[in-house]
Amino acid sequence: MRSSYGRLLAVLAARTGDISAAEDALADAFERALRTWPESGIPDNPEGWLVTVAKNRWLDALKVRRPWVERVEPSLPDLDAIPDKRLELMFVCAHPAIDAAVRTPLMLQVVLGFEASAIGAVYAIPTATMAQRLVRAKQRIRDARIPFAIPSVDDMPARLPAVLEAVYGTYAIDWQVISGTTVRDSLSAEALYLASVLATLLPDPETFGVAALLSLSIARAPARVREGMLVPLESQDTGLWDHALITQGETLLRRAHSFGRIGRFQLEAAIQSVHCARAVTGTTDWVVLRRLYSALVEVAPSLGARVSLAAVVARVEGSRAGLAVLDELGEPAFQPYWATRAHLLRKAGRRDAAQAAYAKAISLTTDSASRVYLCGMLAELSTELSGQ
Amino acid sequence: MRYSLLLNYSETGGAQVSDDAMAEWQSAFDAYAKSLDAAGVLLTADVLQPTAASTTVTMRGGSLHVQDGPFADSKEQLGGVFLIDVPDLDAALAWAEKCPAAQWGTIEVRPTAVYFSGGQWNQA
Repeated sequence: MRSSYGRLLAVLAARTGDISAAEDALADAFERALRTWPESGIPDNPEGWLVTVAKNRWLDALKVRRPWVERVEPSLPDLDAIPDKRLELMFVCAHPAIDAAVRTPLMLQVVLGFEASAIGAVYAIPTATMAQRLVRAKQRIRDARIPFAIPSVDDMPARLPAVLEAVYGTYAIDWQVISGTTVRDSLSAEALYLASVLATLLPDPETFGVAALLSLSIARAPARVREGMLVPLESQDTGLWDHALITQGETLLRRAHSFGRIGRFQLEAAIQSVHCARAVTGTTDWVVLRRLYSALVEVAPSLGARVSLAAVVARVEGSRAGLAVLDELGEPAFQPYWATRAHLLRKAGRRDAAQAAYAKAISLTTDSASRVYLCGMLAELSTELSGQ
Repeated sequence: MRYSLLLNYSETGGAQVSDDAMAEWQSAFDAYAKSLDAAGVLLTADVLQPTAASTTVTMRGGSLHVQDGPFADSKEQLGGVFLIDVPDLDAALAWAEKCPAAQWGTIEVRPTAVYFSGGQWNQA
């Protein structure tokens, strides 16, 4: 029933643009189902039953104000006959008029049926605060008449990235707060589900790209931390990776490639794919990674991508070349920059500077597993220095 | 360098929270304080009672005024102080960003000028 929640809500909400009213009607229908089904048996088309009951509940509520409204005939359409409006719903959630910070929580609630308390727990925000934000967003959708529509081909390039970000945001929530306060593993599945719904309803290189990226990233999660210490990608035990998920990611990535058009998420997925290939080949193709990161920096410049490019350049051309790429970035208060810089300085034999960079990286690290790893690196370096 | 993370948020929200919400709030702060502690940067952490429990004291021209309520009646109140010792502002901001209250309130990051310790005032 959980998987049909979003479909039922979408079709109800799309009629009037009032998500809260649709939620209430659907909640009533579910409540009535729980009351009557044990006696009467589950109907042949449970979803059709729910939609019809929800619509009538809604009309009953409307009738108080507008007595001329007619009830609909209980035609009981089955789920396949109910139009899938979840894509429209996703574009509503990630509409430019909706605050970017509430887009992912909104999707979790309306597409997946999460309670505000569960979403609050995920973000480490009190339930009342999260509920208030969600209610406000839904009021805005209704009052401003944000259309339940798929953007036109012309508008799509401007509108799709926000939907992709919101879907990816489900997976990235944990990085906003202290790790351990949230339930990242359980949300990985939700992120993948949202991405696959999106890719199914809107085949596009980037929708397949984000689904591929999530599959390949989540596949490596079991190997990321060992005994409370971060394990860098290159040192991860490939035996701990989820090979079924990797295969799924590769299939999705091929679908993304087949469009012959590159994009940010597709490139990020391709980068993950190169890393995952080590499970088969035993080596990492740094030259290909360098090309992919260069393209990523062109398509979607971000500090994170530039720092990763520096690390990859260092693997291909040596640490000095990598440091030169980092030098172009100034000295940002960005933990990955300092961790990478420390690593490259150490490789380049500049141990004093490396020591300072490790200290800076550690001071910026709030994640325990990363700090344990960096402190280990710094301790090794100090031993080398005292042994000179 | 010592920094105070001054947690400011609206108390009216806090008055209505359910036990469940309070439990979530406490577990988020528990994880946060433990992370600061494990990183070896936490000096003290105090979460304050609501300003309804506040009393202000002023002494003017020899006469004492003791009043109920906070110093400033504002929409958001000082609700807690985390005192941390980190190398620089970048590090202080990295921790402030992870403070649970940053999600619903405002964290003011303020460096210490001098502090009293070991029987004397010390430069921060």
